[in-house]
Amino acid sequence: MRSIINYLKEIIFGVWSLLKGMKVTGSYFFRPSTIVTQKYPGNRKDLVMFDRFKGEVVMPHNEKNEHKCTGCGICEINCPNGTIEIITKSIITEDGKKKRAIDKHIYRLGMCTFCALCVKTCPSNALAFSQKFEHAVFNRALLIKTLNKPGSQLMKGVE
Amino acid sequence: MLPDIVALNTSPSLSVPWWKVVYDFSSLTEWIDASLHNYMSPFWTSITEMLIIGVLILLFYAVIGLFLVYAERKVCAFMQNRLGPNRVGPFGIFQTIADLFKLLFKELIPIKNADGFLFNLAPFIVIIASFMAIAAIPFAKGLHAIDLNIGVLYVMAVSAMGVIGVLLAGWSSNNKYSLIGAMRSGAQIVSYELSVGLSIITIIILAGSMQLSVIVEAQRDGWFIFKGHIPAFIAFIVFLISSTAETNRGPFDLAEAESELTAGYHTEYSGIKFAFFFLAEYINMFIVASIAATVFLGGWMPFHVGHWEGFNYIMDFIPPFIWYIGKTFFVIFLMMWFKWTFPRLRIDQLLTLEWKYLLPINLVNVLIMAFIVLMGWHF
Repeated sequence: MRSIINYLKEIIFGVWSLLKGMKVTGSYFFRPSTIVTQKYPGNRKDLVMFDRFKGEVVMPHNEKNEHKCTGCGICEINCPNGTIEIITKSIITEDGKKKRAIDKHIYRLGMCTFCALCVKTCPSNALAFSQKFEHAVFNRALLIKTLNKPGSQLMKGVE
Repeated sequence: MLPDIVALNTSPSLSVPWWKVVYDFSSLTEWIDASLHNYMSPFWTSITEMLIIGVLILLFYAVIGLFLVYAERKVCAFMQNRLGPNRVGPFGIFQTIADLFKLLFKELIPIKNADGFLFNLAPFIVIIASFMAIAAIPFAKGLHAIDLNIGVLYVMAVSAMGVIGVLLAGWSSNNKYSLIGAMRSGAQIVSYELSVGLSIITIIILAGSMQLSVIVEAQRDGWFIFKGHIPAFIAFIVFLISSTAETNRGPFDLAEAESELTAGYHTEYSGIKFAFFFLAEYINMFIVASIAATVFLGGWMPFHVGHWEGFNYIMDFIPPFIWYIGKTFFVIFLMMWFKWTFPRLRIDQLLTLEWKYLLPINLVNVLIMAFIVLMGWHF
């Protein structure tokens, strides 16, 4: 008798749990607002990626064409696959001191794995990720980028 | 031939409303039959009629197959929060036609060490089995290619023939995945055929006939799923489960289990031969759904409630073919719903479900139904 009750219990519980599953998929089916797929090439104009998206490494410049990179080389050392190469120069500041400054921050997009070690370890927060993700180009040389803009200078107050 | 039409349009007595005459296809088919008889001998008349019906069913088959593939992809996508096909034509409705052309143009790859004759024969057996079953299904009043007095038995027997094609495909491919898939399919269909049969027997007890037209006619004052109380409802659920298993669809798609057996019995097939298997799967689903619609949900019979004359009168306005298609697609939607919700069963779970759960429930259910019919407790 007990086994029969258990058998019936099993059936009822099984059917109930199956119906629970069908409720989830059914609710998705009847609510098209839950669709997460985006029609990508069609919505390129107003496509906004999420904040933490790792597109490519950039060096933000302010409106006076100043950046925060001191040329310390920590990003170059931290990069696991040699994506970053930093070329420095020495400049003379206004008070007559000799100082090391960045000449070129070379970033090879084709070798980057987007691990974000450079962005995380930068002591002066000079690097960031952009939202751009359409990286395909016809010439491999175009993947080697210089991140500091021509004629840019170190931002005041950043050492 | 014109006088015949005029005679048909004027002949019905005034008590029969005009739409009942328009919706009744038997006057049209009888007129075609009579006019063919005027031109040729009875032998050639029947040959011509068979040809016409064959071409019509082929067309219907192709259209339904293409539509069901599209519907399945859309339903699956919506249940998984995706969009599904949306590139070819508005809402992607031409996607399956594009796929069909791709499959038509693809190379038929000959398999080394395969049994050539059986390998080529298998897709045709699968497709002929589903093709034969569609002939006995009543689409509307008078729109019924062949009305056998054992219609239900015939459809079940013929649609189960497809497993021979599946077994041949698995055996002749000379591939272990195909063979395992085919063997699983054999074990599965042999077991689940029992449940399909018994759940239909439950309704046959209620209807008192195996002729599909009689079964539909008996549901004039209410569909069997309502007339038969709880046993009919249980039989409907059991039929849905076991017929899904019989058509090798998920969650019982062990025969082709993509994640375990690549594609099971049709791993080695390419091009149009693969398309035959693919199409047969969807048509089998359609046949099973239309049997469920005919036996449990009244086929082409509109929704009638006992003695509500006014309500029944309004329901008769909707053409029977629309009722039939609507019910069939409702059942197909149910089958897709649980295909895309539940995970695939293991082979031992599959057989446990059949032999330890569905079969005993079904046997008890048949007894209860027989008792209800005996006592006259049904409507």
